[in-house]
Parts: sequence; C-alpha cells; structure tokens
Amino acid sequence: MDFENVLTLIQKELRDAFRNRWFLLYAIAFAGLSLALAWFSVSGAGSYGVAGFGRTTAGLINLILLIVPLMGLTLGALSLAGEREKGTLIYLLAQPISSGELLLGKFVGLALALTAALLIGFGLTGVMMAVAGGGGDFGIYLTLLVLSVLLAIVSLSLGFLISAAVKKAATAVGLALFLWLILVYFGDLGLMGTAVVMKLKAGQLLALALINPLQVFKIAAVFDLRNNLEVLGPAGIYAFRTYGTTLWPLLVGLLLTWVIVPFALATQVFKKRGVI
Amino acid sequence: MTDMIEVRNLTKRFGRFTAVDDLSFTVGAGEAVALWGANGAGKTTAVRCLLNLFPFEGEILVNGLDARRAGKDVRRLIGFVPQELSFHDDMSVAETLIFYARLKKVPDGFDFQPLLEQVRLVPHVHKRVGELSGGLKQRLALAAALLSDPPILVLDEPTASLDIRSREEFLVLLRSLKSKGKTMIFSSHHLEEVTALADRVLLLEGGRLVVDAPPDQLERRLGWETTLHLYLPETVIDPAVEHLEGLGMPVSRNGRGVRVHVAPGAKGKVIRVLHEAGIEVDDFSIE
Repeated sequence: MDFENVLTLIQKELRDAFRNRWFLLYAIAFAGLSLALAWFSVSGAGSYGVAGFGRTTAGLINLILLIVPLMGLTLGALSLAGEREKGTLIYLLAQPISSGELLLGKFVGLALALTAALLIGFGLTGVMMAVAGGGGDFGIYLTLLVLSVLLAIVSLSLGFLISAAVKKAATAVGLALFLWLILVYFGDLGLMGTAVVMKLKAGQLLALALINPLQVFKIAAVFDLRNNLEVLGPAGIYAFRTYGTTLWPLLVGLLLTWVIVPFALATQVFKKRGVI
Repeated sequence: MTDMIEVRNLTKRFGRFTAVDDLSFTVGAGEAVALWGANGAGKTTAVRCLLNLFPFEGEILVNGLDARRAGKDVRRLIGFVPQELSFHDDMSVAETLIFYARLKKVPDGFDFQPLLEQVRLVPHVHKRVGELSGGLKQRLALAAALLSDPPILVLDEPTASLDIRSREEFLVLLRSLKSKGKTMIFSSHHLEEVTALADRVLLLEGGRLVVDAPPDQLERRLGWETTLHLYLPETVIDPAVEHLEGLGMPVSRNGRGVRVHVAPGAKGKVIRVLHEAGIEVDDFSIE
C-alpha cells in the first residue's frame, strides 16, 4: 500500500466533497437544524431560549439518527457508482495505483468530509450555547459528537458497499435510501412489533436491537446522556444490568465492526466486479 | 526488435459474451500497432486488459512484467489516453495535471511548461476541464499520459470524438511522439488513422485476430477491391473507357470521368496506362 497515493486521493476526495451540492446541502441542513434545536429546546419554565448542553444533546440524538445516516449512506453510494458512470473511475485505475489505495483514499476522504460537516454543525451549536450561557455537561456533548462521527462512518461504509456493487449512481442512491428507511423506521417499529408478536425476552430484544447500527448508536447516546438505560425499557435495563460499564466498549466495538465489515466487503466486491 | 508487449491467449468474457477470444500478439519497442475493427470487435476490452483493469484469462507481459501480478508497475510504464474523456470537469487543466503527476510520482518541481507547449495547451492552463472542447480535452489526456515520460502509449480510439481538423492535429502530435521512439498501441475504426500511424495492423472481428499485417499489405491480405474515380476532360472520356476495357479493367463512364474497380495495389497502374495512352487525368478520388 502506497500511502502517498492514498493521501493524494484523500485530498482530492475532500476537495470534491466540499464542491458536492448533496454534501453542502446536508451540512447546511444539519447545522441549521442543530442550531434551531438548541434555540427551541424549551427550558423547564417553558420559555424560549438557548437550552443547556444536556437538553440539547437529548434533542440532537433524534436529529442525528435521521440526518447523519442519510448523509453517510448517500455520499457513500454516490462515491464509486458515480465515478463508474462518469468514466473517471476507469481512468483513475489506469494510473499506477491499486484498487485498495483508491478505495481507502476515497473512504477516508469522505469520512473526513463527513466529520468536518458534523464538526461545523456541533461547533456552531456549541458556540451558540456557550455564548448564551447554556449550562450542562459539555463532556456529554463532545461524546455525542464522537458517536455521531462513528455513525456517519458506519453509514458511509454501508453506502460504499452498495456503491461497489452497482453500476449506476441512481440505482446506488435508490438502494441507499431504501436501506436508510429500513434502518431508521423499520428498526424501531419492527423491533416493537416483533417484541409484541413474538413475546421476546429482554435479552433477545437487545440482541435484535444491536443488529441495527442506528440502535447501537441510540443506546450509546442515551447511555452517554443518562448513565443508565431505563428510558429504553426492559431491553435497556437488561443491557445495563448485564454489561454495566463494559457496555461502552461493547457498543463502540459494534460500531467499529459496522465500519470495518462493510468496507472489507466493498473491497472484495469491487475487486471481483472490476471498474465497469 | 525486443518485445515491449507480449499478449498470449488473451480471453475476456462478460457472462456468456466473449469480448476477446484467444488473442495473441507482440509489440516491439518503438513500434506502433493498431487494433482495428468495427465497434464491438473487442478493441477497447483488449486495451483495458493491458492495463489490468479487470480480470482476464491468458497472459500479458509488458516489458517482461506480468500485467496481472505487477499491475501497478505495468501501469507506470504506460501512458493511457481513453476513448471517453473522463476527467473531473470542475478541476482546472493545471489542477488535473498536478493531480495525475502526483499519482505518477512525477518529482516535485517538475516543469509542466514544455509538456503544455508540446500539446499546445498553454493558453488553456487555467480553464476548467468542463470548459474545454473535445480536441483540447484529448490533448489534456495526452499531456496526462506523457507526464512521467512513459515508454509505452496506449490509446483507445483517441480521435473518436474529434472533428476532422482536431483529428489531423492530434495525429501530427502522435506521429511526432512515434518518431521519438514511443511504443504505441492504439485502437481505431478509422482506416486512414491506422494507415497514417501504424507499423502493423491487427484486425479484430468478434474478439478474434483476423489479420496481422503492415498497413500497405492490408488491402491485399483482405482481398479488398477499391473503386477509383478518375476525372477527365470531356473529350477523352470515351477513349479512356475503350482503352481501359481493352486492358480488361472493369470500367464505366461516370459523370465527369470514369469509374474503375481495381485490385489492391493497382491504383497507380490505371493512371500510368492512361498517361502512356496520352490521356491526362485531371483529378481522382478513391472509394
């Protein structure tokens, strides 16, 4: 692996991302909504004003669960399929670089671009809360930022896998949106429905939840905010009682696995499929 | 002449479709070889296999290196000009060249000016790629291919998207590179391009090699007949028809002159025999 090539490709990918209208739209939407959320998070007295870090963090979790996977999935889906469709991929791979270097360069570049977008959103919101004197634990807010970056990279990795497998950008984006719907809506509703119909035990419900990376993020984010998981019901209580403090490395490990496995699969699929 | 490229039993299948079928050939150092054939003959697929852009059966050696095992090293020896212009439209000409120079490990401080002058891109260096005409984009592709001064140029239908004038200009550029000793392999379906540039022509049909011959022997090997239109003064048309018919040539009167069907390599003979009979030819065209 030639890391000079990887670095060159990362720089190009970052540059492309900041010129990509989808990326800019997501970044602006995320920053705008986070700011609005912080502003409209109502204080205990019911008056409008800038809420503290804790309250804003709680509100942000749902916003992140909706927007961040959408950003990662669509950008990942567009990455290889878009270049394949334009013909730029075949020209890039006609240069003295390996497909591994190309994939890693594109992936890291996009991951950094997503991180930058989240930093801008979190940063602006954080500055606004600090200036307005919002109280609460800033550490919780920072942890949520780190978890959000991880979720973005998980989504990117899944989008990358889709992109490696299909030829047309439109197909890739369509599949990415379908997966987003499944992860966001089917995750919660499906779990609830399955639990009722199948009369699942708390352990089984937790295991099902942990299959969905968005649920893993949600559990980690709630754990970060409250230091217990009672709010998540029986599965949350079971998780907290069973794993205790080892829940952190378990959840972070699961998110990292969701980054590594789809990316590794994408590499294999890409090598098998080739550039066309 | 030592072999720079050696292709043995190259076969590429896409599902049930065989795009290249048991293709074998060599290209010597400094030689220009054309892959010629109709659309779908397997030219582009063969070129892409040389660059190891997808899995294939058979063996390809470039300067002794196995294209499959040492793909990166092989691609370092090759400057590639694609059929479809596939640069990033939002990058400038300068940014594009700098980006590919870094991938090709061109040393820092490389002077781009002589290269830009060679391909006549100096006035366009700050333009976005998306603003360039087809001809300028193709020159940019050639400049990018020449960045690391590779010994081999692989060109896939390099003039397919160019108008006649741009095509002529591009062919002049390629001829100058050939005279400087570059080994070239290029695909084309334009016969005039093939005869203007190639030392050898490989005719592909349905992915198979049909003919491997120098351009001047191609018509003879293929048994092609050419139609020669001779433009003559009105007063000598009938005598010319009679004279050529007397020599057993299939000839007919045609507007301002005569039309003669000639065997490969016999076009000059028609004009010579008319000249010897005192009939001067004003002009001619070949079909």
